[in-house]
Amino acid sequence: MATLGDLERSVMDLLWDSVPPLTANELRDKLAEPGDVAGKELAVTTVLTVLARLEKKGLVARERDIRPHRYTSVTSREEHTVALMNEALGTVLDREAVLARFIGGISAEEAQSLRQLLDSPHNA
Amino acid sequence: MLLTSYILAGLAILLAWPIPVMLSRARWSTRSPFAAMILWQSIALAGGLSMIGALLFWGLNPMGNTLISSLISGVKLVLGDPNVNSPGTVHIFALSTAALLGFHLVLTLIRAAWRITRQRAKHRHILSLLSEKSPTDPTTLVLDHETPVAYCLPSFSGSVTVLSRGLVKQLTEDELRAVMAHERAHLDQRHDLLLLAFTSWNDALPWLPTSKLSLAAVQELVEMLADDAALREVEPKTLLRALLTVATGALGAPATPNAALPPEGAPGGPTEELSSRRLKRLLTVQPQLGGGLRATIIAGALFLIALPTTLVIVPGFFE
Repeated sequence: MATLGDLERSVMDLLWDSVPPLTANELRDKLAEPGDVAGKELAVTTVLTVLARLEKKGLVARERDIRPHRYTSVTSREEHTVALMNEALGTVLDREAVLARFIGGISAEEAQSLRQLLDSPHNA
Repeated sequence: MLLTSYILAGLAILLAWPIPVMLSRARWSTRSPFAAMILWQSIALAGGLSMIGALLFWGLNPMGNTLISSLISGVKLVLGDPNVNSPGTVHIFALSTAALLGFHLVLTLIRAAWRITRQRAKHRHILSLLSEKSPTDPTTLVLDHETPVAYCLPSFSGSVTVLSRGLVKQLTEDELRAVMAHERAHLDQRHDLLLLAFTSWNDALPWLPTSKLSLAAVQELVEMLADDAALREVEPKTLLRALLTVATGALGAPATPNAALPPEGAPGGPTEELSSRRLKRLLTVQPQLGGGLRATIIAGALFLIALPTTLVIVPGFFE
């Protein structure tokens, strides 16, 4: 049985790759296709639970004007990756304490001097 | 009590200004980042204690000879006992400031911890949707991006190390091992907790010039500590090459390796002086600080904590 985290990921992958918004039933059917983590026994209520969680976290939007409701991703996969990378690169203010970056506080000038030192012949 | 409050005030001033400035300039810290880290932590703790203690003791002074007796008088006063003389406005002001400062420091610490935990959880969640677990190590996640980055995300419910695909592609196996050992040390030695007090100190007392200075010093020290862990696995040069690759990718430094190199045979070699102490100690390996010196520094750190604690806890120590 797949965990809720795996399901969230599978649902997001489907929504990211789909141009038209999808209903919970359509998602269930796609998740049941062979090769996906969820397997066949998935109930549509489980998919709705996952969608509700993702909606609450602001990752998924719901179109409510027609029934059944249709779901779509709020932000593209690429934009999410860029947001993560910006935090990883330390370009987001007020986020310095969130993660520990390998390069720490090394500046561009220091990187440049380091390159000269490492590339100099007697240091090869 | 009055004498105690003066001693505490003197200590608070020393710990708020000259001592952090001296320590941030001390050359030996690169030779024993561990001892320097202990000293910084004790300065933060002792500084807070003596600052609040000085105000508290001075404010309570007119109400009794010991901390306990004056606190009892204080409570009686608040309850409206006519037999207790009011200590006067200035002393009440000092007491209020002590209480406010104490609350302010504790609340800022809680708020900083809360904010950081929430931001980490959010980052971690998006990461779980976008990254692949490393086949060899489930606590290592690989993010699909060409820029070489490596970082770790501490968490009580399972810390992870994150590498970008670009990093895995650009580094050699040994360099990758250095990065992993470095990040693993951050997580294993709980460097996030060592930084927390200084992050919140910087939030709480932004007007204190040394709070920024201390945060920067402690941030540099955790990198040195993590580098030392990496050096148990690889040569300094391997770690430096890994750092250079990541820094080049992350900071957009020129990608052509020899662009800024002086012509072959140019006298003097590199002219630029490296300002990063972290890089300097990797380029020229320095001997570790002697055991005796390290023990002295750690004993000094313990004394720094013990002094205000004793002064606060043992009431009427000098009377």
